[in-house]
Amino acid sequence: MKKLLVYLKDYRKESILAPLFKLLEASFELFVPLVMAQIIDVGIDNEDKNYIIQMGLVLFALGIIGLACSLTAQYFAARAAVGFTAKVKNKLFSHIMDFSYSQMDALGSSSLVTRLTSDMNQVQSGVNLVLRLFLRSPFIVLGAMIMAFTVDVKAALIFVVAIPLLSIVVFGIMLIGIPIYRRVQDHLDKLTRNTRESLAGARVIRAFRLEDEWVGEFMENNKALRRIQLVAGRVSSVMNPVTYVIINGALIALIYVGAVRVNGGFLKTGQVVALVNYMSQILVELIKLANLIITTTKAVACGNRIQTVLEIEAEGHTVDSVKRDGGVEYPGEYVAFHHVNFAYEGSGENALEDIDFTVHKGQTVGIIGGTGSGKSTLIHLLSGFYEPTSGEVVLDGKNLTAYESGEILERIRLVPQKAVLFSGTIADNLRWGKEDATEEEMWAALETAQAAEFVKQKEGLLEAEVKQAGKNFSGGQRQRLTIARALVGEPDILVLDDSTSALDYRTDASLRAAIRELPCHPTVFLISQRTNSIQYADLILVLDDGKLVGVGTHEELLRECEVYQEIHESQYKK
Amino acid sequence: MKQVLRYLRKYTILLMLSVVCAIVTTIASLYIPIFTGDAIDCIIGEGNVDFPAIAGILTKIGIAIAIAAVSQWCMGLLNNTVTCRVVHDMRRDAFAKLERLPLKYIDGRSSGEIVSRMIADVDQFSEGLLMGMTQFFTGIMTILMTLIFMFRLSTGITGMVVLLTPISLVVAAVIARKSHHLFAAQSKLRGVQTGFIDEMIGNQKVVMAFHRQENAIQTFEKQNEEYRRISLKAIFASSTTNPATRFVNGLIYAAVGMFGGFLAIRRVITVGELSCFLSYASQYTKPFNEISGVVTEMQNALVCAKRVFEIIYAEPEKPDEPDAVCLRDVNGNVEFQDVSFSYIPEQKLIEHLNLSVKPGQKIAIVGPTGCGKTTLINLLMRFYDTTEGRILIDGHDTKKCTRESLRTTFGMVLQETWIRSGTIRENIMMGNPDATEEEMIEAAKASYAHNFIRRLPRGYDTVMSEDGGNLSQGQKQLLCIARVMLCHPDMLILDEATSSIDTRTEIKIQKAFAALMKGRTSFIVAHRLTTIQDADVILVMKDGNVIEQGTHDDLLRAGGFYASLYASNM
Repeated sequence: MKKLLVYLKDYRKESILAPLFKLLEASFELFVPLVMAQIIDVGIDNEDKNYIIQMGLVLFALGIIGLACSLTAQYFAARAAVGFTAKVKNKLFSHIMDFSYSQMDALGSSSLVTRLTSDMNQVQSGVNLVLRLFLRSPFIVLGAMIMAFTVDVKAALIFVVAIPLLSIVVFGIMLIGIPIYRRVQDHLDKLTRNTRESLAGARVIRAFRLEDEWVGEFMENNKALRRIQLVAGRVSSVMNPVTYVIINGALIALIYVGAVRVNGGFLKTGQVVALVNYMSQILVELIKLANLIITTTKAVACGNRIQTVLEIEAEGHTVDSVKRDGGVEYPGEYVAFHHVNFAYEGSGENALEDIDFTVHKGQTVGIIGGTGSGKSTLIHLLSGFYEPTSGEVVLDGKNLTAYESGEILERIRLVPQKAVLFSGTIADNLRWGKEDATEEEMWAALETAQAAEFVKQKEGLLEAEVKQAGKNFSGGQRQRLTIARALVGEPDILVLDDSTSALDYRTDASLRAAIRELPCHPTVFLISQRTNSIQYADLILVLDDGKLVGVGTHEELLRECEVYQEIHESQYKK
Repeated sequence: MKQVLRYLRKYTILLMLSVVCAIVTTIASLYIPIFTGDAIDCIIGEGNVDFPAIAGILTKIGIAIAIAAVSQWCMGLLNNTVTCRVVHDMRRDAFAKLERLPLKYIDGRSSGEIVSRMIADVDQFSEGLLMGMTQFFTGIMTILMTLIFMFRLSTGITGMVVLLTPISLVVAAVIARKSHHLFAAQSKLRGVQTGFIDEMIGNQKVVMAFHRQENAIQTFEKQNEEYRRISLKAIFASSTTNPATRFVNGLIYAAVGMFGGFLAIRRVITVGELSCFLSYASQYTKPFNEISGVVTEMQNALVCAKRVFEIIYAEPEKPDEPDAVCLRDVNGNVEFQDVSFSYIPEQKLIEHLNLSVKPGQKIAIVGPTGCGKTTLINLLMRFYDTTEGRILIDGHDTKKCTRESLRTTFGMVLQETWIRSGTIRENIMMGNPDATEEEMIEAAKASYAHNFIRRLPRGYDTVMSEDGGNLSQGQKQLLCIARVMLCHPDMLILDEATSSIDTRTEIKIQKAFAALMKGRTSFIVAHRLTTIQDADVILVMKDGNVIEQGTHDDLLRAGGFYASLYASNM
């Protein structure tokens, strides 16, 4: 949480002024008992009605000034809290956008969404309340004590004993409570996981008749949650009675000491009333404080969760966005890998080993290999998402490090395995490829992607609505739209990562033909597990367990590459 | 509301005790200002203090404090217990219901929404309930009791207080109305923003591939700025409530002081009584503000509770009929008789399907996406029930069999793999917890999962995260196959089971499947036509209908849809 507070910097003025005005308001409030004491000791004693009216007006004036101060404080506090949260939110969002593929996998998008939404809200209300009240309450408590000293030093000593006692109780309970609250949260997370899993696996659970077992597991976690919640409740329910006893115990002492002092002629009755009032002011503030502690605890917990994410170093652009020295140039090589090795962070084994090949402009390259053979990793290296552990990746004659990551992605268009569309219109989605794409360009892309036909049937054509995640399109339609999206803007390199799996064979074939005939002649990388989808490629790379075991055309590989033969036979065996 | 009460009924005694505690607490704590006032009246001036009387009063205060503290503590414990238990009961019932709901319910809703009902909504409800129980009773009790106590002291001052307090309420209400529509605007904007966050972060990889991060960040910042503005207004508006009501309370305090002062001069009340009034005046108005806060909180809680009850009281799957047959040692004779089915009444899917499968046959289902292949599986497993017609297994209508025995009969591998969090071993043993270690390893070997499992850091004891995040799609699929291998079911359903496995491994798995399928009726949904050429019957589906039916060679000879599919495949 602490590191987040840096973002309050721009709201330094507000975050100082808010508590300051709160303090002002509180100080005016502290005068009220003194005025009341005057009413009793001077006004009533002397039977002076005018004096009482005057003092009443003073009280009224104190109220107005207090109101003004407090409104000002509320405004600044709200401004600081809302502004601060907006800043952190922006920061967090752009930070997450910089995460790499593997980081996204590790963190899980749903938990990141929670950080950005509900956690942020908790933090916002926490900051707001802290600015408003956490200074006010202690100030009133201490202020009341100081005012008590001005009334009578001896009686004020009771405050000196009571206040530290109260602080010990309040903070002690808070310290005990925070770890318990954290455990409550952990148990709640377990329940969330149970629920989410049981929904995702509804079919499998039912097919294996595991309903009862799942209910049983949930029950157990649910009971554990109840147990720990009860403990938390037991701890926090001690707070109110104990503080109550301390305050009122002090009250008894106060009256007794007051009685003695009045008897000795050191104090007046009205002043005793003032002291009693100060004591009850403390009580009121303490109740507020106790309630606020809970909110703050939650806010701090949420703030910490946000901070954890911010502290993770984003490895999104391992290829720096700053241009670096490209080193040797390789004229004539369009895309090339020179003895590239690559290992994912934290894994000792190479995901790719000694990859070496050269591709010329306009060629169609097939990449084939089993699950986990490194096909996608190779593409990620080419796109600059990762930097090779050793070796060089060349794009258009220059080492990849000579490009900004934006430049690379401008030229390489990736169609991922999972067809994802974004809410908006079809045109909005297509413009991801090129922001100022014309309608003609978009239609051309749709034609090539075999998507024009069904888009034409949509009401609104290009302006037809796309719901969140493209739910209103079938899987095959989504895939074709994602291909069209990649085609808009005529990329130099097009990568299809097994992105035609939901298409039937006929559509798939026409799509491949259309791409071949594109006027811009992009260099195409086709990732596939089927030899028939890549057999016409100019060059086929065969990957097996991270190694390049074959490079050549379909015919060459059929003759020379054992792995390729096996793959091919597995698909054409009668 | 009625449903909430049903959950509370179990705890009637605890709740009544809690109310008693609330009454005791308020009365005891309201006596303290009176005693204090009495004590002050004994302190008149120099040399004029009635010490014995004060000692007696202070003892009374001590007793009142003790009573108030103890009953307050009890109330806290009681309320906490009731809330925890009610919340526990609700979650328990909701989850138990979730496992009994027809799949239609789950398929029709986003899982995020159901999760948020189970977790966030129940939480919100519990907070509202706790607040309501602790503050609502005591608030009302305090107001009533204070009024009674004050009237006993002085009608005049009390009348004035009663006349003035509505100002505070009116002020609070006006502010609440003003801030309400600001809050509505804020939550609408929040919805938009959450949607955006969800999309962008959920698909960050795509965003990255198109290098759209900057763009997304800009859009987000714009939205965020708008949100900030409206949020500032809403929060400021609502936060004026406190100072405003405090100001009104200050006025009441001043008025009580002045008016009480006059009365004290005329000796109508004593100074002690005035001090008592002053502390009442500051206490009396507070519960009003609290209650208005509690009421909104409770309304919110009820809305949340309603969303949870929607799950708890949703229509469960029709229970098995009492005389339902328990399928056992099935031969594998499956018959579809005039089966019709649709997910939505207006949109017909499967119509009048007839099909007869002999024991041990291998049935392949092919066709373009969305043609109803998976629907057939849903009907076989009774995840959905047929709208018309019957499905017979060994002559028994599946609707008259227990679901449990029906589902035991089938072993199923789906296209969408699902891995539970837990160890690899737990995942494989899911369907057959009694299997021995040898049997399990045997199944893993047969499904070619053994090799990659062995290479994992802790072998079979490797813990999978939620949804098996650390395994590749293909590896997950191998695990799911091992799971079924271990169950030795009577019949098999493979729904594109090998779609994400490379073809070399697939060949091996097909061999394993072939061994598994031997003598077992099997249904195979497939994309790759090569894998199903040896099926006994190939059903070619299109738009919910079986348009062609026969063996590979028959269909090729017929030269229909299948033949053209096959041609483009090659």
